[in-house]
Amino acid sequence: MSHAFVEVQQAAKRFPGAKGEPDLTVFENVSFQLEKGEFVCIIGHSGCGKSTIMNSLAGLDSFSEGAMVMEGKEIDGPGLERGVVFQNYSLLPWLSTLENVRFGVRARWKEWDEAKVTEHSLEYLEMVGLKEVVDRKPAQLSGGMRQRVSIARAFATKPKLLLLDEPFGALDALTRGVIQDELIKIWTRDRQTVFMITHDVDEAILLADRIFLMTNGPEARVAEAVEIDLPRPRERAKIVKHPNFYKIRNYLVEFLINRSATMDPADLDRKGLHYPRAVNPVDEEATATSPDSASAQDAPDEKLVNFTPKEARHG
Amino acid sequence: MDRTTTEWKFSLNVRATLLAVLILIAGLGLWESLHQVPALAGGDSQLSEYEQLMAGAGETAKVPPPSEVLIRAWEELSNPFYDAGPNDKGIGIQLGYSLYRVLAGYLLAAAIAIPMGFLIGMSPLMYKALNPYIQVLRPISPLAWMPLALFIIQDSEASAIFVIFICSIWPMLLNTAFGVAGVREDWVNVARTHELSPMKTAFKVILPAAAPTILTGMRISIGIAWLVIVAAEMLVGGTGIGYYVWNEWNNLDLTSVIFSILMIGIVGMLLDMSLSAVTRLVTYEE
Repeated sequence: MSHAFVEVQQAAKRFPGAKGEPDLTVFENVSFQLEKGEFVCIIGHSGCGKSTIMNSLAGLDSFSEGAMVMEGKEIDGPGLERGVVFQNYSLLPWLSTLENVRFGVRARWKEWDEAKVTEHSLEYLEMVGLKEVVDRKPAQLSGGMRQRVSIARAFATKPKLLLLDEPFGALDALTRGVIQDELIKIWTRDRQTVFMITHDVDEAILLADRIFLMTNGPEARVAEAVEIDLPRPRERAKIVKHPNFYKIRNYLVEFLINRSATMDPADLDRKGLHYPRAVNPVDEEATATSPDSASAQDAPDEKLVNFTPKEARHG
Repeated sequence: MDRTTTEWKFSLNVRATLLAVLILIAGLGLWESLHQVPALAGGDSQLSEYEQLMAGAGETAKVPPPSEVLIRAWEELSNPFYDAGPNDKGIGIQLGYSLYRVLAGYLLAAAIAIPMGFLIGMSPLMYKALNPYIQVLRPISPLAWMPLALFIIQDSEASAIFVIFICSIWPMLLNTAFGVAGVREDWVNVARTHELSPMKTAFKVILPAAAPTILTGMRISIGIAWLVIVAAEMLVGGTGIGYYVWNEWNNLDLTSVIFSILMIGIVGMLLDMSLSAVTRLVTYEE
């Protein structure tokens, strides 16, 4: 029926409750589609099950109910067509930077000879600006450099779907900005489909074509899919000056502060909501369905502008 | 922080070496002065038959002084591989026998303990099923196995190797299991997302990740094996450094006993150093 690149249907995650207690439902009725070449970010508060969704797509976890299909095939277990960048880098500490990337490349193209593997790995390490430190072990690199190696490893295997689990969560703001730019550069070149968890609203606006908003767990839902209607290529310095930037930003922040907690899951299900409602905050203003988004005019609310949820851990 | 270096001019290593040499000289000097072998009564006169028989035992027997040990060491080490019959072999030959037994038993133990440790570390079922046996077998003194080994194997040489095998298997088994079970989930996930086969995952990810812990177990094992071989060879007899010590005691040749004690220590240290060098090769920083 559907011909989307990645299709998640009616997914739910439940944990058995303690004796006599009902089962704990982290999220349910989660359905969404990813188009080929699309960059999608997912935002939600801790405990809404973002990481479970991501790990299930990676094949490292599984839903209690529901199905995942990628290019017409059910996702069952991990695979090289889906690359993962973890928040804690997950580099192998006994291998050098180059060997860590080669590890992925060799697994992807088993028929390649050593020289070709090295050449291909070096190309991606150069793209993230690490050509000078290829012989260092991860312990001798800074956090930002380690995450770059991890990104190079994931992109070098050219997966059809890239899953980024809050990749910049552990980095300071300056480093994060630099690596975001590198991520944009490398993504612009290969145009892979990317699905990324983040807690940073600005980061999501900078990177994403669409942003999925999740309501709070337990019983979380993917409520809305916000379209980011900003021209590409985007740059951090210029994007904030775009007239639509704060409309989008305020819409997202307002969702995270107020509506993520107040949306009633049962209510959403009654409306027959299975796919997230597509929202374009820029048009939204004209129709003014939500009183809050209408009030978020050109003079943005001080409190909303300064709010950026930052959490070290996520659910 | 450079207060010490300006005051002392020498590095810590140089000072430690100097102190160690001083302690050695002081210790040997004290030993030398206190333990001169008693001169026989009436040194230049002809000994009576009684005196010859008693060989000065009338006075308190004394441990031979270090000078004599050094002379013996020089003699033994300048011709370590002579073989003049079953009770008179060079120290090199005796140590060689002991090393052969230790390495044979130890390598046999490693060949079984490391794969078994992998199995136990990766499977909670196997861990729970085998743990009671390990806990009962592990505290048994390896020499307690000796009579049973001699009865079943009926060969003293193989029994000694078996005793080494049984004493060195436990630290390697437990450390391997511990190391394998403790491999970070993230690293295993890296292997899974790259579609590595179970064998490749074991060799490319789990083995290097657990290697430092496994090597620690191997280092403990070689130490224990070297301790046990001396006692085992005293029981089994025939050849080996343990037998040599006991044989020289029966000959009342305390100089040789002291010399062989020293050699046991030096060989044990070399064994430990070689494994610690290997450990350094596989250790990684997180």
